[in-house]
Amino acid sequence: MRRLAALAILASLLPLTAGCGSGDASITVFAASSLTDAFREAGAAYEAAHPGTKVAFSFASSQALATQVDEGAPADVFASASEEPMDALAKAGKAAAPTVFATNALAVAVAKGVNIDSLDDLARPGLRLVIAAEDVPAGRYTRDMLTKATAVYGPGFATRVLANVRSEEPNVRAVLTKVQLGEADAGIVYESDLSGGPADVARVSVPAAVNVVARYPVAVVSASKHREAARCFIDFLLGDEGQAILRRHGFGGPG
Amino acid sequence: MSEQSRSDRATSAVLWLLAASFALFFLLPLAGLVQRGLSDSGTWDSITSGTARDALWLSLWTSTLTTALAVIFGTPAAYLLSRAHFPGQSLVEALIDLPIVLPPTVAGVALLAAFGRRGVLGEPLDELTGITFGFTTMAVVMAQFIVAAPFFVRAARAGFDSVDPQFEQVAHTLGASPRRAVLRVVVPLAWPSLAAGLVLCWARAMGELGATLIFAGNFQGRTQTMPLAIIEAFESSAGLAGAVALSLLLLAVALLALVAFRVAQRGGAYR
Repeated sequence: MRRLAALAILASLLPLTAGCGSGDASITVFAASSLTDAFREAGAAYEAAHPGTKVAFSFASSQALATQVDEGAPADVFASASEEPMDALAKAGKAAAPTVFATNALAVAVAKGVNIDSLDDLARPGLRLVIAAEDVPAGRYTRDMLTKATAVYGPGFATRVLANVRSEEPNVRAVLTKVQLGEADAGIVYESDLSGGPADVARVSVPAAVNVVARYPVAVVSASKHREAARCFIDFLLGDEGQAILRRHGFGGPG
Repeated sequence: MSEQSRSDRATSAVLWLLAASFALFFLLPLAGLVQRGLSDSGTWDSITSGTARDALWLSLWTSTLTTALAVIFGTPAAYLLSRAHFPGQSLVEALIDLPIVLPPTVAGVALLAAFGRRGVLGEPLDELTGITFGFTTMAVVMAQFIVAAPFFVRAARAGFDSVDPQFEQVAHTLGASPRRAVLRVVVPLAWPSLAAGLVLCWARAMGELGATLIFAGNFQGRTQTMPLAIIEAFESSAGLAGAVALSLLLLAVALLALVAFRVAQRGGAYR
């Protein structure tokens, strides 16, 4: 009787351990563009820890990815750079309950040879500024931050900065590229985008008092055919190794 | 005999079936677009929004300017490629054809490498004159030109090839100047090809996305053409609905342009 109970317990444990061990599961992760480098590394580390598992990524702006998931794109995991697109999906039953796995903040990327020392300088007339489009998370955070900064740098600050905007890029990575190329003098990007010390740009920080906290939620996509493997990848992100990788790429902890 | 006719009928059935599937593949996405658009209450608001108006206007006039530039610079190129023979000709031909086979994103990156602020030509130009192309409407036209003009040159060249050079010689012997011979004899005879080239070039310019986004950026009223506005709508919280509305608008314009082209061509044929 006791042996049977022990067997039953063992049997009930089996699928749990088997789920996150090695296997031939292959999952597709839809992730915000700002996660590109961190997730590539996390994916490789996850594959190494789970032989036979393949993690494929699709990086784009969170909103575009949410639309694709909503339209039935074959994603298993969705990681968003802001909570709105994720919450909308969860509410529609297209994603499981999300967990915040990282945070981020904004910073200014400055092109080589351009004299910008503080956020204040972004209002200088004639500066070529590039930001993310209003509808993508980075763009929305940028406008929130500028509104907050107006309280510090005086009325009209946000208006003067926005008057310098030459292009509203469809994702935050394109903002960084335009600055690296020197096409733009400066761009507003995520802190994490500048963590690796990308070539040809200097970093000017945004004061904490006016900065925003970008919260990154992740969830299993409801229509996923590999929900268990998807859950395992999320657990990996939330675990020590995943968090260490995210920290190395300039992301803050979920707390 | 009956065996033969049965096999003929089978062949014909397969032919029709394949052709119908082919047509259906084009019809279904369009039907889906229209169905989505009509069932969404926000479609009309999206179509009449300031973003849509600015983007459509920008697309229309930049594509028309691009086509005009393609005619001005492309027609002589096409004529010379057809009539003259010079060393390295096939190389020049390949060069002009290249943008047709390359993804426009490559054209965008290449434009940056040449005309960007750190580009081969862009950097000295910026230092000497302060002129830069990035984020300007000029950059939109340059992006459209590099991907669209080859379509015109290709068609125009085929048109000139189809006109027997003897017609020009006859015109010369009748006392027409070379310029007059080309304008009054060659161009009218090559007109169907030239017209087809015009439409292809204009349509390709209207649809240009990749090179524009990379080289010109995205700013309402300045560099945000219709394809870029559709991308932005797709990325917005409105999701597919906004993108569907703008796509419908572009579809309507494209249909209008096609009909206008057909009417104009028929008019030309009866003349």
